[in-house]
Order: sequence, then C-alpha cells, then structure tokens
Amino acid sequence: MQSANRPTDRTVQLMATCLCDAFFDDVARATVEVLEHVGCEVEFPENQTCCGQPAFNCGDWSASREVMRHTARVFDGSKPVIVPSGSCAAMLFHGAPLEFEKEKDLPTIQKLANRTWELADFLVNGLGIEKWSGRFPARIAFHRACHTRGTGSAEAALKLLESIEGLEVVPFGEAEQCCGFGGTFSVSFPHVSSSMGCLKLEHLTEMNPDFIVSGDMSCLMHLSGLAERGEKPVKTLHFAQILQTALHRHG
Amino acid sequence: MAEQKVELFARRLDHGIQKAVHSNSAAGTEKRYNVLGTDYSAPDDLRRLAGQIRQHSIEYLDTYLEQAEQSLKRQGAHVHFAVTAEDACRAVSDILKKAGAKKVVKSKSMISEEIYLNDHLGTMGIESVETDLGEYIIQIDGDHPSHIVKPIIHKNRRDIAKSFEREGLGDYNDDPETITRRARVFMRDKYLQADAGITGANFVSAESGRLVLVTNEGNSRFCLAAPKIHIALVGIEKVIPSDADLAVLLNLLGRSATGQQLTVYTEFINGPARTDRPSGPQEMHVIFVDNQRSQILASDCREILRCIRCGACLNVCPVYRQASGHAYRSVYPGPLGAVLSPLLAGKKFKELADLPKASSLCGACNEVCPVDIPIPDLLLRLRNRGHQEHAPSPGTPPMGAFAKLASSPLIWRFAMKSNKVMNLVPLEKLPLPYLQPWLKTRTLPAWRGGEFRSWMKSRHKK
Repeated sequence: MQSANRPTDRTVQLMATCLCDAFFDDVARATVEVLEHVGCEVEFPENQTCCGQPAFNCGDWSASREVMRHTARVFDGSKPVIVPSGSCAAMLFHGAPLEFEKEKDLPTIQKLANRTWELADFLVNGLGIEKWSGRFPARIAFHRACHTRGTGSAEAALKLLESIEGLEVVPFGEAEQCCGFGGTFSVSFPHVSSSMGCLKLEHLTEMNPDFIVSGDMSCLMHLSGLAERGEKPVKTLHFAQILQTALHRHG
Repeated sequence: MAEQKVELFARRLDHGIQKAVHSNSAAGTEKRYNVLGTDYSAPDDLRRLAGQIRQHSIEYLDTYLEQAEQSLKRQGAHVHFAVTAEDACRAVSDILKKAGAKKVVKSKSMISEEIYLNDHLGTMGIESVETDLGEYIIQIDGDHPSHIVKPIIHKNRRDIAKSFEREGLGDYNDDPETITRRARVFMRDKYLQADAGITGANFVSAESGRLVLVTNEGNSRFCLAAPKIHIALVGIEKVIPSDADLAVLLNLLGRSATGQQLTVYTEFINGPARTDRPSGPQEMHVIFVDNQRSQILASDCREILRCIRCGACLNVCPVYRQASGHAYRSVYPGPLGAVLSPLLAGKKFKELADLPKASSLCGACNEVCPVDIPIPDLLLRLRNRGHQEHAPSPGTPPMGAFAKLASSPLIWRFAMKSNKVMNLVPLEKLPLPYLQPWLKTRTLPAWRGGEFRSWMKSRHKK
C-alpha cells in the first residue's frame, strides 16, 4: 500500500506513462500545465519508458523486474514522482514491491514506491488543494479506475471536479465495476473484456453525460474504442484535461 | 489462435444463463453493500479485524487444531484426520459401515463437493440425499454447483419444475412455493429414515470445541434431529481460536453472503447427546480434512485459507458475472476459486493455472472480502508461478522483447517516433497478432509517439 509520508516538494518528476508517450500527448501536456499552475516545477526524465505492468500482469515477473529496475534508475532521487494514471502509479507503489519481495534490491524499489503519487492524490492529499478555479460547464460521469481502490485518488479527483464552476458529476449504476480493460486481459479474454466494457458504457451513459472522465487513459482508451466500434461514440476526457481546460476558461 | 478456456466458456454461454447469473450476483452485491453500510460506520475496519483474526488462526493452525481436537473429545466427539480427499471419503464410509448405516441425509458442505463424497457413497451402496434445496436440485440433475452460496444461480424455476416432474415429485408446476413444499414433503421422509446426518462446519472454536453451522433453510437441524450419527466434514482451516471471535466473523458472514444480518439458523453444536442433554445424535464424528491445505499454508498464497466462503467475491466479480461458475471447471469458482482451485489441484496445478489469468485484476473482490484477502496479489503470484512452470496460456503475449525495449531508452524513443507509420496502414492489416483480438471490438487512437517529448523539449528551449 501507499506510504504515509510521501514527499510533497514542489519540484516533481513526471512519469508520463507509455500510453501518453504513444497516444495521449494532450493528457501529458495537461498534467504538466496543471502541476505548473499549482506552483510545481516539472522535471521529465527523458530515459523513462514504461512501468513494466504488462509483463507483471502476464506473470513474467523477471521481465517486469528488468523494466522496473530501469525505471528506478531513471527516477532516482528524493523528489515526488507524479503519475497521471492510477494504474501505473499503483504498479510503482504496490506492484513493484510485490514482484521484488524476494529480491536484494527491494529497498531501492521500495524507496521509489514511497515517493510515488497519482496526480489527483498529490494535488489534494499531498499539496492540500481543496478547490479548483475556472469554469467547465458540462455534465460528466466519473469512472473510478480500479487501481485507485483503497487509495485517496478517486475522492481527491471528485473533490476538485465538483469544485469547478458549472461542472456537474452525474451518478450511474454498478459504479464499482471494472471497465474490462485489464491490460493484456483485454487481448487474451477479448469476449469477456468487451462484454464488461459494453456493460460499463451502458451504465456510464445512463444519464447522457457530456463526457466520460477518469484518471486513467487505459480505461478511457478501452471504453472509447469499444463505443466507436459499436458506432455509439462517446467523448472522454482525462481528469487533468478538465482541470486544464477550466483554467483557460477562467478568462 | 488457441483460446483461454474461461473465455471460450463465456463466449458460448447461453444468454439467459448469463443474464440470470449477472442480475443475481449484482443483487447480492447491492444487498451486502446496503446492510453493511447501514449497520456499521466503518465496515472496512471490521473487515480488516476479521482478516487479522483469520490470519492469526491459520498462522497458529498447528496449535489451534490440536486444541480443537482436545476440546471436541472433551465434549464427547470422535475426531479423525484425513490427509487426502480419498482418506476423507473412506473415513466417512468406515464410520457408516461400522454402524451398518445405509441411508444418510446431508446439509450443504463445499468440502463434501471437493472430495466428491456423494459419488463415493454411491459406489458403497449408501443412499445420500442433499437436503439444501439448491443442492438437492443439483443432485437430481447430476449437475454441479456454480456458486458456493447459491449453487443453482445458473438455473431458473422452469428448469427446476421440469426436473421435479421428471423425478415424480408432482405435475409440472413452476411456482417457487409449490416447488419448495414438494421438496419439503419429500425431505421429511428422508430425515426420518436416515441413519446418519452429514454436515460441514462454518467454524470450529478451538477453545470450546463448539462447531458452528449457519443455514437459511433449517435443513441441517433436521439432519441432526432424527439420525443417530452426526458426521461433520471440516477443512482444517476452519478452526478459530475462541467463541468470542464469532462475534466478528458471524456478523460479517451473513451480511457478506446474503445481505442478512444473521442467517435464519445459526447452530452451535456442543458434542453428541448426553444424559443431561438427551436430544440429538448419539454419536458425533468430526473429520478434519487437509486435502492440500498444509501445502497452501506453506506457500506464498496462504492468505486464501482465511476464506469463510461467503461468496461476496463471486457476486462482485465482473468476470464471474460474464462467465458463470461452471467456466472455472472446479468446485470453487470466481476470484476465490481462481486462487484456491489451482492450489487444491496440487501436482495438477498446471491444469488449472489458466484460472488466475481470468481476471482484469480490478480488485473488487478484495474490496468486498469480509476477511480482507488480497486476492489480486495472490492471482498475480499464481500467474508468476504458472509462467515459471511453463503452464500453457493462450493469447498471452511473450514479454521478453517488451522488457528489452522498455529497458533501452534510445531504442524506445526511436520506436515511439517511427511507429507513426502505423497511422498509414489500416489497423486490421497490421502484422501484430496480439493486436487483432483488440481490434475486433475496439478501435485504436492515432499514434502520436514522441509528440509530448518534443513539446516538453521545445518549452525548455524558450
């Protein structure tokens, strides 16, 4: 689980995640702008790649550890490591110590785990930000990404979202259910994964929200990909994009 | 391409069954959530406490098991230990043979499913009747339970009415009350004729030797009313330190399993009949069954032995809701089963090593578990074990090349940029076999590898 005394310095290291590196530069940019808005100086260690979760979830822990050792070298130091994804953050603070439990370099990995924050968690529970300025006139359905269970991330994101002028968060059924992505699960169990996703979409769109919002691009990529194939496209936004856009609309 | 077995089962599953499993499970999840939230201000603290009690119980199992044996004997019960499923079956039939018993009534017990007790008794010429209504329907249909608490979650009342008609229990009638009344009339005779009653146990208190049984139909009480012999089959992990622990565990069990504050019947069985307590069976036998549990206790998945069999993890599991219990090819389905079944398989671990993969690792199971078992962590450990033992895993991409790529930043950055050519090729033409299952039902966004890195660099130049 997460360490209680994680660092809260305003000079931070950004782990952009491989999905933002490959597909969602807009989300990574939004993350940088949001962090800078609250007075952070954002460093981007350019040798970063991936958190190693695909191999971890496939059961190939030695392959995953190879990636994690690289990641720990890249993010050396004592500054907070900020991740705009509950899933990749959980890989660093929970998955990595698990796969290193019998390894000699567990202390190195644990040190990185203890510095890792998911973005919303850092803003609210790290920096103590309670309100977000700006406007975002829209109705959104907020999907709590599964890897934020048992952490402060979802409550933190909702706290900031609900403080934005004009923004309404709509409720929906079976909110605790997974979107069906699950990384490699989505390709090795395509039928189950897609059925879970379609059900999730039905619930998320019950109240006809303008946007489906989450703190994880993996869930949103799965959901929007399914919706588009099903010819009922939905608009998705990462939580950071809403914060970023709200700021611009401040005037 | 070969397919995962759970995936294949789910894909071919009858739509009506899937709907029934889903709606029944979802209703269970909602009831549990409401009753726990109404009755307790901090249900999660209670779950963690219960988890600690159960973890303590299994960590000191050697001590508590011996204590339970002494306490049970003090109460006048006979205590047996069975290492394997076969040993357990033989222990039961030996007791029955010695007493000349030909007919037994049974209340619901997952461990009796685990050791295939009814099949064994059948070969010995002993009639064994399941008296839990769901289990009785399973028995007459020659079926298997698909849920550990609601064994016939996959059946509807029309199926049941047909089975009753076939068994000569009256003309076709699918009114649930009529079905129940017919079963009751049939059972009453069986209770009166039976030589022995066989039950499981939800808990055994080491301190007092009390055996605790929870049911909703009261059938276990009937099983112990007329027969002269009571045989209880108990997994060794069911032992708890003391009666006081039941305060926490029973309050969580009913609420987690069926959304009830307490099940309709909670029995505390304190040994066989005595002169000062003349009712009940004259003879009581408790058979502690190991059947791989010691091996599990010695493994890095021992937390699964905390399980109190409430079924909350099955109900909340999105994969269980899509695939149903029979997809798991074992006595214990759902997230619990995906961990426990391959472990119970012992040397045949590889045959069920695919089960831990049938999960999106969403963690909903851990969130509802009354004894806070870290199920996703255990699934991951078993995936790692499956990988190390080269268990087949269709559809799982090999990760060696990925690891090399993700540990070589220069090649990674080059790949990020150069993969943009992907945008020029129609997705379905991409020569990536592991991407095709994705693309069947989902699109992929345009590749924008390296864009963020360039933006970040350009800002620093300014």
